Amino acid sequence: MSDTPLLSVSGLTKHFGHRIGCADVSFDLYEGEVLAIVGESGSGKSTLLNLLATELSPTRGGIRYRMRDGAMRDLLAMSEAERRFLLRTDWGFVRQDATHGLRMNVSAGGNVGERLMAVGQRHYGRIRGTAFDWLERVEIETDRIDDTPKAFSGGMRQRLQIARNLVTHPRLVFMDEPTSGLDASVQARLLDLIRNLVSELGLAVIIVTHDLAVARLLSHRVMVMKSGRVIETGLTDQVLDDPRELYTQLLVSSVLVV
Amino acid sequence: MTAQSATHTAPETGYNFAYLDEQTKRMIRRAILKAIAVPGYQVPFASREMPMPYGWGTGGVQVTASILGPDDVLKVIDQGSDDTTNAVSIRKFFKRTAGVRTTTRTGEATVIQTRHRIPEQPLGEGQVIVYQVPIPEPLRFLEPRETETRKLHALAEYGLMHVKLYEDIARHGHIATTYAYPVEVAGRYIMDPSPTPKFDNPKMHMMAGLQLFGAGREKRIYAIPPYTQVRSLDFEDHPFRIQTFSHPCALCAAEGVYLDEVVMDDRGGRMFVCSDTDSCEERREQGHRGAMLADTPAALKGESSHV
Ligand SMILES: [Zn+2]
Repeated sequence: MSDTPLLSVSGLTKHFGHRIGCADVSFDLYEGEVLAIVGESGSGKSTLLNLLATELSPTRGGIRYRMRDGAMRDLLAMSEAERRFLLRTDWGFVRQDATHGLRMNVSAGGNVGERLMAVGQRHYGRIRGTAFDWLERVEIETDRIDDTPKAFSGGMRQRLQIARNLVTHPRLVFMDEPTSGLDASVQARLLDLIRNLVSELGLAVIIVTHDLAVARLLSHRVMVMKSGRVIETGLTDQVLDDPRELYTQLLVSSVLVV
Repeated sequence: MTAQSATHTAPETGYNFAYLDEQTKRMIRRAILKAIAVPGYQVPFASREMPMPYGWGTGGVQVTASILGPDDVLKVIDQGSDDTTNAVSIRKFFKRTAGVRTTTRTGEATVIQTRHRIPEQPLGEGQVIVYQVPIPEPLRFLEPRETETRKLHALAEYGLMHVKLYEDIARHGHIATTYAYPVEVAGRYIMDPSPTPKFDNPKMHMMAGLQLFGAGREKRIYAIPPYTQVRSLDFEDHPFRIQTFSHPCALCAAEGVYLDEVVMDDRGGRMFVCSDTDSCEERREQGHRGAMLADTPAALKGESSHV
């Protein structure tokens, strides 16, 4: 652990023509910290996530990241090769739609092993052994190792995505609505798994969700977004139990209705 | 040189030499030179319509047409044989449009156009082998997006290639890919030698001849210059291996060559014989005799006359 942030974001702004995707977002994220970005659809939370993961380039602003060697680097000044290397080693991205985060025609073992092969592992037996271990950790029956995710349920696909991302021991994981569209019981099991892995591995996570219950269960801090701007931010319990902004109060109360 | 194997006729009038116009040939030659300069890199080119269907190797035909000179001697093989319809048609095409000499003898040819096989006789300096390629992109089957595969090549992100081999072993217990087996060229680009059998991959390594690959439908040319390192991808615990055959060729007794299974009669009799028909014939001429040579009908021995 370190006193300097893992990720430092300043003035991040994205315009789509005249429309504002997100505006003037600044925050620091520390190692092992889970930050939830909440808001309704169209609030800019997904745009922000894509900017942070460098899948979109911002109109203005900067993102700095502390590399494994301790050096703070400007992500936007990195070469594409460096950024892609970071993305498949030190970062993870768990997508809402598992078909975008997995290779649907490749076996579960191959999906988990891909990152290992991408960083140069060339021993089949060891790659398979690691994939086996990770399937166990995300509670997928290991005799499914040679099945493709096409045959998997929604919950299993998300768990496979998690294994595929965590196999290289990343320090920062982005999650985009990872539990949406799943049955309540499946969702609860997945959230439990994520929470355990996050604390076990000391992961920093930035999770985008419209579901405040997910934010409450997983995150240390919450950022509330509306119309592309961060309108309230703070410790999760504080923001959700005692919101200052009217909009946040409405968000919270709609959760209470559910 | 035998009268049978090398013939020479004047080109038919009405065609430019080797069918393509000079400007097109210059464009293709520029692509070839670029391909030679960046071994294994797929160079886009403006593929032309040829008077034959795509499946007949129009990419290879365009490359051959662009490098052929009046003094060249052309050999065309398909599945190792000079006598298939495809090989005969392409040979006829160049005889008609360029009037070049053609041959079935590997040693006599200056340009060899092939689909599937590399001749058993090692190619020498000054010889050029032109491969007809249907699908040039080795990453295609896992990554259908062309923009993404181009990026993967540019950044040398080749983890995906091993995912394919991983899947092979997971499914079959060994690397079951037997043709179009991916190779790394000159320590940099991953290349599909498609559709040659992996048996021929080692022949590409440090070959003295120039290797050119043409994909007509996909509009790509790539190359391996003489004496270039070509490595077949594998795992430490599943090393690359070529196919082995338990018996020698039934006709010429050759060992360590690629064999085809041939049905001899309607009673289910079968034998394994050289896929490279020219190499097989040459060995028989030298007196090598396989176990079934005496019992084999002439047509199966490839003793029909060549076009
Ligand atoms: Zn033989």
